[in-house]
Amino acid sequence: MSRPPPKRRPPLGHDALAGGTDLPVLLPAAERLQREAARDRLLGWPRLRLRGRDGVWLCLLLLLAAGTAEAQALASGRESAFTAIARWIPLLLQGFGFNILISVLSMALGTLLGVFLGLLQISLLPPVRFSSWLVTQFFRNAPWLVLLFYCMFLLPFEIRLLGWRIPFPDWIKAIIGLSLPVMANVSEIVRGAVNSIPSGQWEAAESLAFTRRQTLWQIIIPQCVKRMLPPWMNLYAILTMATVLASIVGVSEVMTLTRRVLAAEDRSDLLIPLYGFILLWFFAYCYPIARLTTWLERRYAVKL
Amino acid sequence: MPSSSEIPTPPAAQAPEQPIVAIREVHKAFGENEVLKGVSLEVAKGSTICIIGPSGSGKSTLLRCVNALVEIDSGSILVEGREVNDPKLDKLALRRRVGMVFQQYNLFPHKTALQNVMMAPITVLRQDRREVEERAVQLLAKVRLAGKEQAYPGELSGGQQQRVAIARSLAMNPAVMLFDEVTAALDPETVKEVLVTIRELAEEGMTCLLVTHEMGFAREVADQVYFTDHGRIVESGPPAAFFANPRDPRTKEFLGQIL
Repeated sequence: MSRPPPKRRPPLGHDALAGGTDLPVLLPAAERLQREAARDRLLGWPRLRLRGRDGVWLCLLLLLAAGTAEAQALASGRESAFTAIARWIPLLLQGFGFNILISVLSMALGTLLGVFLGLLQISLLPPVRFSSWLVTQFFRNAPWLVLLFYCMFLLPFEIRLLGWRIPFPDWIKAIIGLSLPVMANVSEIVRGAVNSIPSGQWEAAESLAFTRRQTLWQIIIPQCVKRMLPPWMNLYAILTMATVLASIVGVSEVMTLTRRVLAAEDRSDLLIPLYGFILLWFFAYCYPIARLTTWLERRYAVKL
Repeated sequence: MPSSSEIPTPPAAQAPEQPIVAIREVHKAFGENEVLKGVSLEVAKGSTICIIGPSGSGKSTLLRCVNALVEIDSGSILVEGREVNDPKLDKLALRRRVGMVFQQYNLFPHKTALQNVMMAPITVLRQDRREVEERAVQLLAKVRLAGKEQAYPGELSGGQQQRVAIARSLAMNPAVMLFDEVTAALDPETVKEVLVTIRELAEEGMTCLLVTHEMGFAREVADQVYFTDHGRIVESGPPAAFFANPRDPRTKEFLGQIL
């Protein structure tokens, strides 16, 4: 006869905290940790935690790389790395603007579709609920690049509608391709936010003879907006950084342009400074969004 | 005092002496757990009924059955002659006649006190906004919250929130009011201000069905007290007799622990 293994008590500390605790003094911390975990679950990935320190490191790295390039350039008597990069800034900025445009439009499209899909996920009809859940999970767990490729190669290059020819350029396909994962994630954010509203709100509305639709639109959704804003903004920052994926499918956004610039310059020493420079732009764009998100989160956490 | 236009006209099928709420042999189980095991009680129009009993005895569930927040397994609940245990029941029509106030207030936090009171009549009853606003201001004054119209629930104390919740239910002109342990989350001082409001309502002739732990209030205001335990009504009677001479040993034990 084998003896049952001895029961091990879970060690006190972080493990005990994360799963809930009986110790009253630890309760506030446990609650906070659980809240953080719940928020991360709502998002599906850890929140984008950009810090100002990261930016300083980035700048230092860039300076180092540029300095090396500069030293090499001086040694071989070529043009300074800084002037070479400065010459291309207008073109690269155009490309970066294109990235921002793609991110804004696919966010808008993804949000529109995602809110709709998220509302289907809380439908009372099981088939509707299940199928929308399936769609959400599919697009949420598919790699973004794969979705982008699918849109690139499956969508036609133009649509004929009532004799009109509507061209369907690559960048529009990229917007659609990127909006699909955004849609799925927004759908989850909506579902999570609606579920996070205390059931008492539903009961109060029900007992006042509100219909389900009235309850949803007048009582639940307005309360959800605050809760959805931080994860939604975080999603946008992540999407912005993912727009460079469009370069792989041939959209002439900032990465594509950078590659072309490097080819035109034909200088291997520019590689690191130039890409670092682009990286810095993305950081400069996403960092304020990340800070604002943190600030909003903190502000709404108190009020609820 | 409610004006004559506010007094609802009962359906023709109902004779005046019939109880406004009649609960007969109601059973309800959540999974394996049988919460109500054949509960029967009647509420006469204009009377005040208090249901007391230990936690988990099914008091709140019983109340939630009356406005169909919880569906019952078997038995019958008639509200103004309308059968609640009927698959074809028009829940919205029922809930327009039955107001409910919750332990946790459940005010809508994104709306001001006035908007909280105005929302249902405008959205559900499609009444004129200006008339509703006028009545809402009156109702808030009635629950002694004049001047707090523009306050958000988060800016009000628990007792004030609960009184807004009462005004919100009254705005629908219900025939019956259900109070589900409405003072359980309040401190002793604010309990009083809420109970005073409810007592005024009862004195004005509103039919009230309360689940409460406030024995003093039940003794003072109730026309009939019911004691529930383990999903059954163990004992009932007018408060004077009920509190002075409880017959059932279980009631004696419960009252002995409280008083």
